[in-house]
Amino acid sequence: MAQPRADTPSKIILSASDLHRVVDRVAHQILEKTSGATGTVLLGIPTRGVPLAQRLAARIHAFEGIDVPVGSLDITLYRDDLRLHATRALGKTELPGGGIDGRRVILVDDVLFSGRTVRAALDALNDEGRPSSVQLAVLVDRGHRQLPIRADYVGKNIPTALSESVRVSLTETDGLDEVRLTGSDDQ
Amino acid sequence: MIKHLRSAADLDAATATLILDTAGEMAALAGREVKKLPTLRGRTVVNLFYEDSTRTRISFEAAAKRLSADVINFSAKGSSVSKGESLKDTALTLQAMGADAVVIRHPASGAPHRLAQWVDGSVVNAGDGTHEHPTQALLDAYTMRSRLGRLDGLKVAIVGDVLHSRVARSNVLLLTTLGASVTLVGPPTLIPLDVAAALSKTTKVSYDLDSVLPDMDVVMMLRVQTERMQDSYFPSAREYSRRYGLDLARMRKMPEHSIVMHPGPMNRGMEITPEVADSSRSTIVEQVANGVSARMAVLYLLLGGKA
Repeated sequence: MAQPRADTPSKIILSASDLHRVVDRVAHQILEKTSGATGTVLLGIPTRGVPLAQRLAARIHAFEGIDVPVGSLDITLYRDDLRLHATRALGKTELPGGGIDGRRVILVDDVLFSGRTVRAALDALNDEGRPSSVQLAVLVDRGHRQLPIRADYVGKNIPTALSESVRVSLTETDGLDEVRLTGSDDQ
Repeated sequence: MIKHLRSAADLDAATATLILDTAGEMAALAGREVKKLPTLRGRTVVNLFYEDSTRTRISFEAAAKRLSADVINFSAKGSSVSKGESLKDTALTLQAMGADAVVIRHPASGAPHRLAQWVDGSVVNAGDGTHEHPTQALLDAYTMRSRLGRLDGLKVAIVGDVLHSRVARSNVLLLTTLGASVTLVGPPTLIPLDVAAALSKTTKVSYDLDSVLPDMDVVMMLRVQTERMQDSYFPSAREYSRRYGLDLARMRKMPEHSIVMHPGPMNRGMEITPEVADSSRSTIVEQVANGVSARMAVLYLLLGGKA
């Protein structure tokens, strides 16, 4: 495995097996909190929210034999920081058949940080239809919210410094499963 | 990302592909109940049209409005242009009004290039003289890709008045960049050989439509510019139509999967018969719908990021 650069110390927060256990637990929590996940749709936020949503659906299917519809919701066009960066390429938005009207939508993302992505996702969702309710599932909550937003399902809470960054890798997008914390501890 | 879209030659393969992919996402959004996106809120797009146009102007207007930009339509008729104001003075006026992008159509080739030197915002060429019409080429390429699944290796015939066609010029440039091979077809008087060679080394030329058709994936018919008929580029409309018009008999010579395109407006019965224009192989109506998506993609990529 590639060594992290010497000037950015990094440590593994979740190994591959940890990550699988966390996804299993969140899948159980979704089943518990939604009384069997009926009328529920999982929408992943690109890039890494999409494979996470698919994994959650696969685990829910394995546990209870229920097929939860999965889709993706790209939020690029709704971001509030578009003008702060070079133009971003768009991700895919694919709503499952049957849409989201009147259903419980669970947004899935890898890291919850400022909360601005979720704010954009709520706006995007508003233009797509009218879900009966919206919940949020994240793999990692690293704190430092800038908006009044919280997650309903959290894989792992990781207290971080603002200077640090959380790097989620998934087999589907990055070739391996792990969560790493990189950045300055006390430099 | 580039700042202006003045010519299809401004686009390398990666940028052109990014625009087409973005257009695909924009097209997917066109199917939903709320078509409007907040992306360009607070930005101003000026449509500066010195030539008559219906579909291009409306298409740009729809694209900008769907992205929530403020749109100012300016047409030369009924403006200070008829009082003799120069392009430069008009440009400086727009500049003072804070236009983030200027979409310009102008009868003079090269007007967008000049304009880009005078304004701070992005300039989008919506057709300049007989020079270029890059967003038309983008929507055509998008239409080909969505119908046929690819652009690389496609064989495309562009048929008719190549000499005066900005659509043809932009299409040759863009399609060649994206790996398609283009054959220009028409009467010798309407195909400038030096231009064909200058546009692209791989572009072929033929004067015989019937021999070209069996090999083509795409046949793009150009409008016969009837306003130039008296310049005797060909003996009569009837002869032109016989030799270079696309009718059912000719369409049957094309491969099963191939498509027929036309940038509009059509002269039905001249370069294309109504039966061909309304057939399932024709993408003419799709092209109009795709035009809005392609222009949304261009406006987003030019204006969506840090200035």
